[in-house]
Amino acid sequence: MLDQQRDYVLRTVEERGVRLVRLWFTDVLGTLKSFAISPAELENALNDGMTFDGSSINGYSRVQESDVLAIPDPNTFEVMPWVDHKSAEARVFCDIHKLDGAPFEGDPRQILRRNLDAARAQGFEFLLAPDMEYFYFAPPQPGVAPQPLDEGGFFDLTSSDVASSLRKETIRTLETMGIPVEYSFHEDAPSQQEIDLRHTDALTMADSVMTFRVVVKEIAASHGVHATFMPKPLEGVQGSGMHLHMSLFKGEANAFYDEQDPYNLSPVAKQFMAGLIRHAAEITAITNQTVNSYKRLVPGFEAPVHITWARNNVSGLIRVPIPKRGNPSATRIEYRSPDPATNPYLAFSVILAAGLKGIREGYELPAEADANLFEMGDDVVEKLGIQQLPQSLADALKVMEGSQLVADCLGEHTFEWFLRNKRDEWRAYKTQVTPFELNRYLKSM
Amino acid sequence: MTDIDTLVVFPDPASPDVARLLDLAGFRWKAVANPDEAERAEPAQGWGGAVVSCETDPEGAWAFARALRKRDNPVTPVIVLVTGAQIADLELRDDLYDDFCLAPFHPRELEARLRHSLWLAGGSVSGAEMVDYGGLSLNLETYQATFNGKPLDLTFMEYELLKFLAQNPGKVFTREVLLSRVWGYEYYGGARTVDVHIRRLRAKLGEEHANLIQTVRSVGYRFGQSRWGAN
Repeated sequence: MLDQQRDYVLRTVEERGVRLVRLWFTDVLGTLKSFAISPAELENALNDGMTFDGSSINGYSRVQESDVLAIPDPNTFEVMPWVDHKSAEARVFCDIHKLDGAPFEGDPRQILRRNLDAARAQGFEFLLAPDMEYFYFAPPQPGVAPQPLDEGGFFDLTSSDVASSLRKETIRTLETMGIPVEYSFHEDAPSQQEIDLRHTDALTMADSVMTFRVVVKEIAASHGVHATFMPKPLEGVQGSGMHLHMSLFKGEANAFYDEQDPYNLSPVAKQFMAGLIRHAAEITAITNQTVNSYKRLVPGFEAPVHITWARNNVSGLIRVPIPKRGNPSATRIEYRSPDPATNPYLAFSVILAAGLKGIREGYELPAEADANLFEMGDDVVEKLGIQQLPQSLADALKVMEGSQLVADCLGEHTFEWFLRNKRDEWRAYKTQVTPFELNRYLKSM
Repeated sequence: MTDIDTLVVFPDPASPDVARLLDLAGFRWKAVANPDEAERAEPAQGWGGAVVSCETDPEGAWAFARALRKRDNPVTPVIVLVTGAQIADLELRDDLYDDFCLAPFHPRELEARLRHSLWLAGGSVSGAEMVDYGGLSLNLETYQATFNGKPLDLTFMEYELLKFLAQNPGKVFTREVLLSRVWGYEYYGGARTVDVHIRRLRAKLGEEHANLIQTVRSVGYRFGQSRWGAN
């Protein structure tokens, strides 16, 4: 099968006159990295991989050996639709290996593969569908607040709406690249968009999220617009989340579905949720990895603050959407804290690891929190035994540091590197004197 | 035939009847237990053909036949031995074998089929094969798909799935059948994989042609219209 896949890629390159093949991979922070090779080099790359120096890639540096091997995954080969036909370009995702052929422990794609193998060993296939939110702005200028393209509200559509025509072009491109879209609309905040992707297996979805970010940015840029996945670009309006709808399948059957249960949730689903709830704080540094992420996780903007679950309560961390009637396969849970600036490979890995731990150890799901916690006082919430998500990157890192679950899930190399890198980010932030402080204190003190 | 090539035989050990027949008929052969072993034991000029017995381990046998076919230089001919109860397994696996023989077999029959298949394989030269349906055209030689003359960029598995469907227009397939015939049993993705790939194919075909692949409620999928009218 692999031989035929390689052959398929080589023939396509030849037949379509592809001039440049971009090898894509991801650093530990979730930034897409790429280098281009000529079609003549492709056959060699598919068979033996391409060696490159990893020392300049975030999270790839090692003490003894800096060279790593990028081996293209032929099943991810796609001709890129936005380049003109005469000089076609293609991209293919790579798995990064050490020179001895073993998976490289700093490669997020390999980390996700390892975690998916663990799920598979328990008989589970992990399916995900993210709701991707982002903003369109005028091209950013240093020192100037982001300029929204419109002041439109929810579901606002007018023919002159630049943002909506950008969104349409984006969806068309995504679909041509094999990334089906479920819904799309103009979100609450000015210039904010949402595109919901259709569920697929976790590895393909992580690749799709990487492709999605490129497509959204490329298409915006080609019209002189800046698209951003920054979690909270504007003060006072809601930020951008990446709510994750997920389920586990066992063969043909949705392992989250139970006909007898009033919410149609199986014991497996409840234990998975219990795992997420117990370990949510530990994995938050991964799912919300920037200083800015924590400015989104505040009360009043439809972002989760408390570690709770509910059937239909957008203030909770986990929501259990009501599936369309008679469709057990649509039974799923929605994990609402991640933002679109996360590294999808790592985020999917830690979420899966937390859920699987709940299943393996038979965790008990706490009671549903159906009241709106935003309206309750902190003391009431505390009395109910409800924990909060970490309040800052520093808090999140502290919890993550003590987590055996996250260390095992990411592997020592990536775990250590991530903590080190993010502590540096926090230190750099902490020493800033912000406009808030100047406005508040300069005159009055 | 001046030089008799070596046949690869599955499983290892070969059944005494197969071994006896091949020896008496003067074939050179080697029994192997899996595709890896077949790869390792392969003579420099390649395998001359294969005899794959489905009697004891049908899943392993079909996976083996698939591996022989889905490689750079597919092995031909492949003769499969099936029991009467396994005849249904032949359906939609036409690409995996050249001929079959009912087991328990008559030695003279298997020998005759083997010789005839070897003769056919030696003499045939295939040109570019095309699959056409409506505006859709698949070139099986170059793996290229076009719709109304415009190239359709597909991943390998999307292409394989579309090819399978387009070769069998109007027929309804369950997810299990698609999974076992397009991906093979060794694939671990589960039946959801089929839905996901169908969605991606429809997305790539575009809104106006997405209904080329129809969902048949609580059964599976159908490509295009039935040749036999309503079904």
